[in-house]
Amino acid sequence: MQYALVILLLPLLNFLVTGLMDTRWKARVAGTISTVAIAVITLLSYVTAYEYFTTRFQDGSYQAFIPFELNWLRFTDTLQVKLGLLLDPISVMMLVVVTTVSLMVHLYSLSYMKGERGFERYYAFLSLFTFSMLGLVVATNIFQMYIFWELVGVSSYLLIGFYYTRPAAVAAAKKAFIVTRFADLFFLAGILLLSYYTQTFDFTALTSGDGRMFGTIGSLTFMGGSVLSWAMALIFIGGAGKSALFPLHIWLPDAMEGPTPVSALIHAATMVVAGVYLVARLFPVYAVQTPEVLHGIAYTGLFTALFSAVIACVQTDIKRVLAFSTISQIGFMMVGLGVSGYGAHEGLGYMASLFHLFTHAMFKALLFLGAGSVIHAVHSNSMDDMGQLRKRMPVTHLTFLVACLAIAGIPPFSGFFSKDEILAAAFHFSPPVGWILSGIAGLTAFYMFRLYYNIFWNDKPPTSRHAEHPVHESPALMTLPLIVLALITLVAGFIPFGRFVTSDRGLYTISLDWQVAASSILIALAGIGLATVLYRRNNDKPARLKLKFAGLHEAATHRFYIDEIYLFLTKKVVFNSISRPLAWFDRHIVDGFMNLLATVSNRVSVRIKGIQSGHIQQYAWVFLFATLAIAGILLFVV
Amino acid sequence: MGESILTASQAYIPLEAYILVSLIMFFAGVYGFLVRRSVLLMLISVELMLNAADLNFAAINRYLYPEHSEGFFFALFTIAIAACETAVAIAIFINAYRNLQSVKVNSISTLKE
Repeated sequence: MQYALVILLLPLLNFLVTGLMDTRWKARVAGTISTVAIAVITLLSYVTAYEYFTTRFQDGSYQAFIPFELNWLRFTDTLQVKLGLLLDPISVMMLVVVTTVSLMVHLYSLSYMKGERGFERYYAFLSLFTFSMLGLVVATNIFQMYIFWELVGVSSYLLIGFYYTRPAAVAAAKKAFIVTRFADLFFLAGILLLSYYTQTFDFTALTSGDGRMFGTIGSLTFMGGSVLSWAMALIFIGGAGKSALFPLHIWLPDAMEGPTPVSALIHAATMVVAGVYLVARLFPVYAVQTPEVLHGIAYTGLFTALFSAVIACVQTDIKRVLAFSTISQIGFMMVGLGVSGYGAHEGLGYMASLFHLFTHAMFKALLFLGAGSVIHAVHSNSMDDMGQLRKRMPVTHLTFLVACLAIAGIPPFSGFFSKDEILAAAFHFSPPVGWILSGIAGLTAFYMFRLYYNIFWNDKPPTSRHAEHPVHESPALMTLPLIVLALITLVAGFIPFGRFVTSDRGLYTISLDWQVAASSILIALAGIGLATVLYRRNNDKPARLKLKFAGLHEAATHRFYIDEIYLFLTKKVVFNSISRPLAWFDRHIVDGFMNLLATVSNRVSVRIKGIQSGHIQQYAWVFLFATLAIAGILLFVV
Repeated sequence: MGESILTASQAYIPLEAYILVSLIMFFAGVYGFLVRRSVLLMLISVELMLNAADLNFAAINRYLYPEHSEGFFFALFTIAIAACETAVAIAIFINAYRNLQSVKVNSISTLKE
């Protein structure tokens, strides 16, 4: 399977070609080349997946396989950084997800971004992102993953700030970069701790189930936890930053300033699940060595899911609703991982989480692309400017409905199956967690259908913009990806996912727990029903509810003031109490010392400048007396 | 110490006399170099000091090492070099005068800037 290397190299090559391409070339050329390249690697990924899952099943489990590895940096015999390709069930699955969504986004952007300034730049960045993301998922060791982890951060920054003339976009790009970079600092610390004690970066060695390498590290403790727990918790913080978990979620809603297809690719389907992927990658370590950290992950995920679902219920910008929904769904995945154990049946949550990652990537990309189609037609992000679009945009409407049903958890759409498995795993872990999660699923159904009805049904008074531009369906190049993703969403639930991805790489047969399924369907239907009553037609019920829960509504609209808390912490606390004194010290003490040296030299120079009069006879006098003095000393003293 | 080397028939003038003359010439030169304001007179003072040195060379060679002649050659060298030096110095003075309309040494202090 040497050809898997092409999957990685082709986007990189494409990035260089389109990035360095002469602007006199037609922008269209860049788009076409990139799309063809992505199509090729998508095909290659499918071939790789097919070959991997058919040929690498030995002794009851899928064997990890490294078709290519390069010893990149060799510091000492034990400390070596390698670059390579690691194929195992989860990385192969991610290859399929990333390339599929990326291909859809490339196709969609050909039409969506048509005529934008910097069209070829956009495609170059998309290729860079695809390259980085693929490098991240096939990383053979944690250091390589870290490198590509940063690269996806950079490409995300570049793409959020694509409209660099808009101050909001620039600020959002900066915010995303700084917040994720801040989290990555902990990630790096965790990597260093872990690899210092285990003497290895390799995932295969770390997850081999051989507990001996953790022998010394497990017994070391620091502030009440073992050093291994600290290392794994720090690594998780890195993942939490990328995956926008509370309280590091603040960058994701702002990242919606980027072009909508970018939001679909990076901030919904692929990059933001990198944290989930990271935990899944190191899952044997979490599950066997540090179960307490894993439970922490579960509760973080649970709180994040609840928190952002509540916020999503009141947002009016359709992309922000989707952004908070993404955060919430990532919370679901984290809960799935967190409640899972290691082994054939204990590992249900692991399987469910990655299943949900897979289905979520598809239907969330579909939702974002659908939202992009609506925004393209209406020229606004706000729900208030929309309504009654179902007849004017039939394809967008139908595909969006499919995605909404999937995320709400209605069978037979894909989201139902994966979410149901997560719920089953959560109930198995602890019933309260299961009930809370079911409640969040109901909230999800409610806010998604609030969004759906507000866009496609609610007959709000038409705004002036509607009158000028009659809204019509998007071109075929945009609806085609929608249809493809909707079809995937329809059938993905029936993939026997347990046959491919499980915690111990063995086989697992999914059996629906009908008790859990029935309750979750009922809760989802309740959520949808409530949304139907409130938002299907224009009425005053939402306004009255809003008045009734004014405090909660206000807080949720302001995203529970987390951004304000951050601003307070950074501007007031950090800047005032740390940065300002430090700046004062730098300006007055450090600079002051240097200035003092300069001033003293300067003053002294001015004083003794007079000696250099330029009058040659003065010099001669000095010369004479000095000679006489030396002669005198030689004569009388020596 | 001169007596032990010089015979009575040769020593009409003792070496000390030459050295004394040379000393007077030298310090006259030093004095002139330090107090005269005209660069030409300063040049003459430098020549005076050089000639004092030449006189010393010649006298000491003649009195102390009569069988050698390095001292005479040094004196001749110095005279030749003094001639060259004078030519260069005069050339500089002329240029200085053209630029500054003066040959006073105090006015030639612009090199400092």
